[in-house]
Amino acid sequence: MTTDTLTPSSAAAGVDYGITTRDLNLWYAKFQALKGITVNIQKGIITSLIGPSGCGKTTLLRCFNRVNERYGYVTTKGEIKLLGKNIYDEDVSLIELRKSVGMVFQRPNPLPLSVYENVVFGLRIHDDKGLKKSDRDDAVEKALTEVGLWNDLKDRLDEKAITLQLEQQQKLCIARLLPLKPEIILMDEPCSALDVSGTRAIEELMFALKGRYTIVIVTHNMAQARRSSDECIFMLMGELVEHSRTTDLFITPKNRKTAEYIEGRYG
Amino acid sequence: MSVPASSTAGLFTETPFIRKKRRTERLAQCLFGAMALAMVIPLLLILGYLVFKAAPLLSWDFLTTNPTNGMRKGGIWSALLGTVYLVVISLCISAPIGVLAAVYLNEYAKDNWFTRIVNLSVVNLAGVPSIVHALFGLGAFVLFARLDRSILAASLTLAIMTMPVIIASTKEALASVPVSFREACWNVGATRWQTIKAIVLPNSISGILTGVILQVSRTAGETAPIMFTGAVFYRNIPEGNVFAYGIKDQCMALSMHLYTVTTQVTNAPEALPYAIAVTLLGTVLLVNATAIVFRVWLRNRKKW
Ligand SMILES: Nc1ncnc2c1ncn2[C@@H]1O[C@H](COP(=O)(O)OP(=O)(O)OP(=O)(O)O)[C@@H](O)[C@H]1O
Ligand SMILES: [Mg+2]
Repeated sequence: MTTDTLTPSSAAAGVDYGITTRDLNLWYAKFQALKGITVNIQKGIITSLIGPSGCGKTTLLRCFNRVNERYGYVTTKGEIKLLGKNIYDEDVSLIELRKSVGMVFQRPNPLPLSVYENVVFGLRIHDDKGLKKSDRDDAVEKALTEVGLWNDLKDRLDEKAITLQLEQQQKLCIARLLPLKPEIILMDEPCSALDVSGTRAIEELMFALKGRYTIVIVTHNMAQARRSSDECIFMLMGELVEHSRTTDLFITPKNRKTAEYIEGRYG
Repeated sequence: MSVPASSTAGLFTETPFIRKKRRTERLAQCLFGAMALAMVIPLLLILGYLVFKAAPLLSWDFLTTNPTNGMRKGGIWSALLGTVYLVVISLCISAPIGVLAAVYLNEYAKDNWFTRIVNLSVVNLAGVPSIVHALFGLGAFVLFARLDRSILAASLTLAIMTMPVIIASTKEALASVPVSFREACWNVGATRWQTIKAIVLPNSISGILTGVILQVSRTAGETAPIMFTGAVFYRNIPEGNVFAYGIKDQCMALSMHLYTVTTQVTNAPEALPYAIAVTLLGTVLLVNATAIVFRVWLRNRKKW
């Protein structure tokens, strides 16, 4: 397979890519979890990542901020470029990389701190010149407004984040990334712990954030992928099977396996 | 439509099988409850018996005066203070080293041969009998390091004895902090140290302290490790001065004193060993109680 067949036709020359990989392979010890992934993810849009359980979606996502390397037994081969910069270059600082690539998890994981401290956590740890309290307050208001929590929480900033509703927690986890001005936001099944209205709220939030951030979302929910993403990637057994505009992928899948999966024949 | 009475008669009622299950259930509960109670009774019996036997001697003066008349009269001041010195100094050595080592092992160490060797040593060191620690202390600190028999040498020996246990308990406390917190930190670009400082330590500190404080009773109670390394049968020190011992001095200790008066001293008052034991137990319980209060206070501040 050449790169062209894997890339949506719309992504012709001149398109800005947020994430590109070339022949990316990853092993957990002896087990190969990613096999020759070559993909171009366009900047500023929402790309969804679908595929059956264990196909390597989370693994791929975690490659983009090099968090997989925290496990000593992981080997990665291949090239990953974010905004044109190879993230395996010598001069890449993991700290700066992770600052620019935010991640949202399946289970909301607010830190055991207050709402306020959760939002400014990133600022604090990257703060080398003593940010003023007013700057921090501004950052909190801005981030919480952006995720639509400000009105609900502006009087409860000192409460433990863990006491919030799950939906609010998940929004808070997104808000936590924003003060660091990330380029890319990776979401790993961000709605699977939420109910219908929570899911809708997060999806609306994704739409609101789209454009400014490149968003990649892993989901098991076909309907969600269809509703919320511009492009869609289908993976199977560690391989990338199909990548195209979401509407095309769901209406006229090129690959038989894709068709079978979205029809729900295996999952 | 009305349901005939007969058709609901047997509904939801007990069958013999369920009755049997319920009996077994009650039996199990009683058995387990009895065992739990059996844990409490000896403690109360021991405490009650000790206090009862020790009553004639227990007084403030008993705590604050030195033994006299070949340890048959007077109090236990020099032994009590010696034990306090040994416990405090040995924990001041073993707690920081143990906790920091555990943080390294749990938060930094990659799974490689070095880590495995360290972990293996910790486990094995924790299983070494205290008399072996005593001989090691004698060889390493008293003779080789030329500390002679002193509070310092004894404290170091006790520290070596408690360190592996502190490492193990601290590692456990650290491991109980959910990985998701660490991931959240790493994903905003926190270094490991920032993660440890901001999240891991504040959320495991009560567990870490518990582990450390449990070692107080162990340190206070051991006789073997200090017998060759710094504890003496008898020593007279100024009464009422908590700085009466120097770090290079030899000292008395409660555990050793108890051993001495029961086995070496003839005609000691019958209540004396009991009073020493009560003091030893009382000191340890006091420390543990303080620790529990402190822990509850810390726990109330943490929520996840
Ligand atoms: N830390 C790990 N160590 C070893 N193997 C792993 C690890 N994480 C994932 N794997 C394996 O790699 C494969 C891909 O896992 P991954 O978590 O990326 O799948 P996924 O597509 O995200 O699945 P799911 O939809 O269930 O989240 C699986 O077979 C999994 O067992
Ligand atoms: Mg996954």
